[in-house]
Parts: sequence; C-alpha cells; structure tokens
Amino acid sequence: MSQPISSTLLTAADLTKTFAIRQGFSSKAFRAVDDATFTLDGAKPEIFTIAGESGSGKTTLARMILGMERPSAGVLQYKGRNIGTLTAHEKRTWFFREVQPVFQDPFAAFSPLKRIDHYLYETVYNYRITDRAGADSYINETLTEVGLSLAEVKGRYPNELSGGQAQRVAIARALLTRPALIVADEPVSMLDASLRMSIVNMFRRLKEEQQVSILYITHDLATAYYCADRIAVMLRGWIVEMGPVEQVLGNPLHPYTQNLKESIPQADPDKVWDKKTNLATLENEEYLRTGCRFASRCPHVLPICRQQVPGDYQVGERTVKCFLYDQPLVRINNLDNAAVSRP
Amino acid sequence: MANIIEVQDLIAYYKTQAFGVQRTVKAVDGISLHVKAGEVYGIAGESGCGKSTLLKVLLGAHQPPLTVVGGSVKYLFDGAEIAALSLDQNSLREVRWKEVSYIPQGSMHVLNPVRRIQDTFYDFIAAHEPISKGVAAELTRTYLRELGLPEKVLLAYPHQLSGGMRQRVTIALATILYPKIIFADEPTTALDVIVQRGVIQLLREIQQKEGSTVVLITHDLGVHANLADRIAVLYAGKLVEEANTRTMLKTPRHPYTQYLIKSLPKLDERTERVSIPGRPPALDNPPSGCRFHPRCPFVMDHCRTIDPPLVAILPGHRVACHLVTEEVQHVSAD
Repeated sequence: MSQPISSTLLTAADLTKTFAIRQGFSSKAFRAVDDATFTLDGAKPEIFTIAGESGSGKTTLARMILGMERPSAGVLQYKGRNIGTLTAHEKRTWFFREVQPVFQDPFAAFSPLKRIDHYLYETVYNYRITDRAGADSYINETLTEVGLSLAEVKGRYPNELSGGQAQRVAIARALLTRPALIVADEPVSMLDASLRMSIVNMFRRLKEEQQVSILYITHDLATAYYCADRIAVMLRGWIVEMGPVEQVLGNPLHPYTQNLKESIPQADPDKVWDKKTNLATLENEEYLRTGCRFASRCPHVLPICRQQVPGDYQVGERTVKCFLYDQPLVRINNLDNAAVSRP
Repeated sequence: MANIIEVQDLIAYYKTQAFGVQRTVKAVDGISLHVKAGEVYGIAGESGCGKSTLLKVLLGAHQPPLTVVGGSVKYLFDGAEIAALSLDQNSLREVRWKEVSYIPQGSMHVLNPVRRIQDTFYDFIAAHEPISKGVAAELTRTYLRELGLPEKVLLAYPHQLSGGMRQRVTIALATILYPKIIFADEPTTALDVIVQRGVIQLLREIQQKEGSTVVLITHDLGVHANLADRIAVLYAGKLVEEANTRTMLKTPRHPYTQYLIKSLPKLDERTERVSIPGRPPALDNPPSGCRFHPRCPFVMDHCRTIDPPLVAILPGHRVACHLVTEEVQHVSAD
C-alpha cells in the first residue's frame, strides 16, 4: 500500500480528549487534553518537549499519538494519515514500525520473569527486520548506539540491570524498527540525576545521527531545556505556551510558565526562592472551571480571566494562551504590564 | 550551637540468610556526624547509597534484617542524653512524635484511606496526650490555620486531596506536637516542581517558627540548596563530604561531589553535561580502599587499598579523599 507523502511527521489540530467524571447519577465532561494544536516537521528531526505537572494531560496526549487512546475531537495525523482510523493491519505493518514508545519505568515495561534480550529478539522477529541469522549482529549494533552491547545484556533478567541500563535497553528496543518518531513518556523520572544526563545526552545524539524525532514528555524542565528544540507547556489539558525552548524557558511569557520556571530548585546558593507560591487545592476544580484554569493562582489575574477562556495569541515565534497578550484588550484597558515580561 | 544528635562510628548492615547463603549488605559503614540544634541538616547521594538506611537507624526504627553492628546514636534534649539504639519499645514510643518525628516519602501510605483527615489527626494526638476529641479538633484547626492550609481538608478523605496537599497534611501531622527533631525522607520526590516548592516553604516555616531541627534526605541538590544549612554527601554507605550548603555547592572537594554537581542541568546554559561514568557499587561486596575508586578520574594506587578517613580540611568542611588530604597537608607543610 502506498502512503501519501507528506513532509509533516505529526499534525495535531484542536485535538481533544474528554473523559467523564461521574458523581452519583450526574456526569461531568472532563477535558484531559483540550484543543491541542502543534506539528512536527519530518524533514528536520527535532526534540519536541511536552512539559507540565502531573494531571496536566501529557500522558493522555502521548497515548493518543501512540494510537492507544482515540481522540474525542480534532485531528491527529501521522504523515498525513489519521491515527485513530488506522486498521490493525496498517498499525502492525507500518505505524508501529515508525512510531515507537519508551515508558517511564523500565522495570514495569519488562516482565521480571523474562530475560531482557527476549524483548529485543521478539521485536526483530515480529517486524521481520532481519533473518534469524542476522539478528544477533543487528541487535548488538543497535545496543551499541545506546552504549551497551549484546554480551552485557544477553541472558540477564531486568532486576540484574541498573535503572539506567534497563532504560537504555528499552530505548534500544524502540530503535530496532528504525522509527521516525520516538514517544518517550517521562523516560528519566525514575532515574538518578547523574544517570538522567546520560539518557538525555543519548536523545540528542540519536536526533543528530539517526535523524529520529523525539517527543519528550517530562515534568523536569531542566532536562527539557538542556535537550529540546521546542517545548509545549501544558496546564490542566491546555497548551499554555509553545515555542523554541530558549525563548519559552529563557524568558517565559505565560504567568504559569513563569511560576514553573521559578519553582525549579537550583543547586546554587545564590538562586534560592524568596517569594511564596500559591498552590491548587483540588485538581478537578481547575479542570472544570470557566475561564482561565490558572486564574485562581495567577498573580496578574484580570476580571475577564474568570469569565472567558483565553485564546492562543501569537507572540513572535511562540503561542501564549493568556489574555495579557491579547493586544486589543491590553490597549483598551491600558494595562500596566510591568510585571509581565515582553519579548 | 549545641549538638542535638550525635552519631559515632555507626555501622548498620542488612544481614540475610537464605538457603544457607549468608549475605551482608553494608548499607551504613562507619558514619560519624553531629547535627546541631535548630539547623537543617541535608543528606544527599544517589539511590542505593544508604540514605534511607541511615535515617531508619537514626530514628531507632530499624528492624531485622537491618542490624546495627556498631556505633552509637545519641539525642541530646536539654542536657538529657538519650541513647536511641538502646531504647526499649515503650520509651521509644514516648520519644517518637513528641520529641522526634518523621515525614515519609509516600504520603498516600501514611494517611488511613478510610478515615477522614481530622480523625487521623485525633488518632495521632490521642496516642500521646490524654485529650478529648473536641480539644484535639480545635488544636488541629488552629495549627492548620497557622500553617495556611485550608480547614476543609479536615473533612476530606485522603483520596480526595491532591498529592501535594496530602504531603502537606502529612507534614502538619508530623509536626503538630512540636517535635524537637523532624526527620524527612525525600519529602518532595514524587511531587511537581510548584507543589514541591510549596512543601519546602511549609517545612522551612515550621522549622523557623518552632526552632526545630530538620534532618532532610533527598537526592535533589536543588532542594538542599533551598532548605539545608549543612549538607552531607553519602556514597556507598560512607560519608564522603560534609560542609555548609554554600561551600558544598560552590567549592566541593571530593571528586564524587564535584561530579554530582557538575552533572546537574542548569536553566541558563546548554553546554554538554557529563554524567558520572559507571554506577554505584553493590553494597554486599563494596570495592576495597576508597569505595569511589573504580569511578574516580583521579584514582591513585593507594586509593585501591586504603580507605580514606574523613578529615576536616577547613573548620566545618570534612572530606574523605586521599587526594584532597594530601594536597592540604602539602600546603600546610610548605
């Protein structure tokens, strides 16, 4: 079957996923991902980070991209094909080869009762990547890319490997099918800080050398800043700020991103916190609120924020979902934006 | 300032025996440290270096297979000396929560899922003070108000609260009897950055208001930078460096600490970061000599055989490294 040729790798437009919260007999719609819009370019591989706190919809978004969850509304296309409507056969022969996952906990991803090399051989055989004779050398070659060798891994059970090694095996397994896109959902959050860097360094190298695009989902902004090209910051299902990572994290515009950046503890005695931060008491409440979902915690809140949902405003190369960047509104109200940084 | 905890040559091993095979994991191997009254003492290190084991022994909460092989742990309250390791169960109960309290990592596991928060508070208070339900409720409400937590959480069940709120409730629970020492084991590890910041603020406020002593365990040096007064770095069951926070983060001396700090990504630069080569040793068979020598870029011959002692190179700055001590001796000999 011929696939339509398209230079965009992944397109999401107004992508929405709704879950229902039932309380007694009543049921409320709960938008875990709300109108997410972004594209990944296939011609130029990049590391695209989706950052946000837990409960912000990051993982739901990843599950939709992996075809594990059907979007409730909006468009989600991989190379011009709708991911939700791929047949099982197409997924097996084409989609799963091109898009591969890496999950958070490598010890949960691998069965403790199976030898870890089993997964590597299984992937090679299932996708008929090489014949049986060539499997060993092919797997060894792929493991070399992640800094391991088949000899180190062969015949060992997951518990015999360290977390960093197991995660490398998980990444090697994803690389076996020579994917165009790797969806990595919190791949370093189970690892120690020193090991994190080795995984993140590897992502940078894979992008350069193997031309793999990586969708890097994380709550760790420091590693995101270190490795990503672009970043989308999510808050309660919304993408509140999206753009090149140096701009978004270097000079955040959305009050939420500003708060997020300030809250990263830095191992530097000259950069300790002096201000206090407000916390949300209940997550659901923020999801179901009318108006902006950050309004109750926002230091620059306007009356309109509590009534209307802000649009996505274009500021230079990035989009910001905040009324502070609605030019007509700012002019009419003659807002004092001293507190808000300008690009 | 006076010491409130004194630990001398503490050795604690996990001793297991299965099918006749004995296994000894040397999780805490000869640690001596002093915690001063009213300070926040941070303990840092990678996972599997013995942080949590050390805390268990400091709390007197060790149970087989964890056994204390040698050394002592003393609490010094108003001149009274309490040997934490020789307390019987009853006196341990007396000391715990009123004098010494503990904030665990997973707050979900502490709060009883079928009881409202206020009932859990009552259980904890009533276990230590003869108190009526009404008075306990009033005490709890006042304390929460003091900490700036919403009172409505008292009527909620744990599952109705977010992770950050649960952790803050746990902190309130651990400190409601105004303990002198608070042990906190990775109090913010499972939390998001903004929530983490709120939890650290709360801990800092309590510590400053009550003048209590906090022993904080976390692998996150960013958290230490914001909360701790002094930091101790553990590696493979040994204390390798101890200094005040500024010295530790600005001018670390031990090669391991230097690596640990250098490997952290920063928000203002994107230069390539090096990760520490190799991985922490298995503690059932630790390397001879200095335990860091297989990973150390500056390894010398005698590092492989002689275990470096913890030496004070400056007042308040202790390092266990042959290279550093030799350098210091060299300078002072000149």
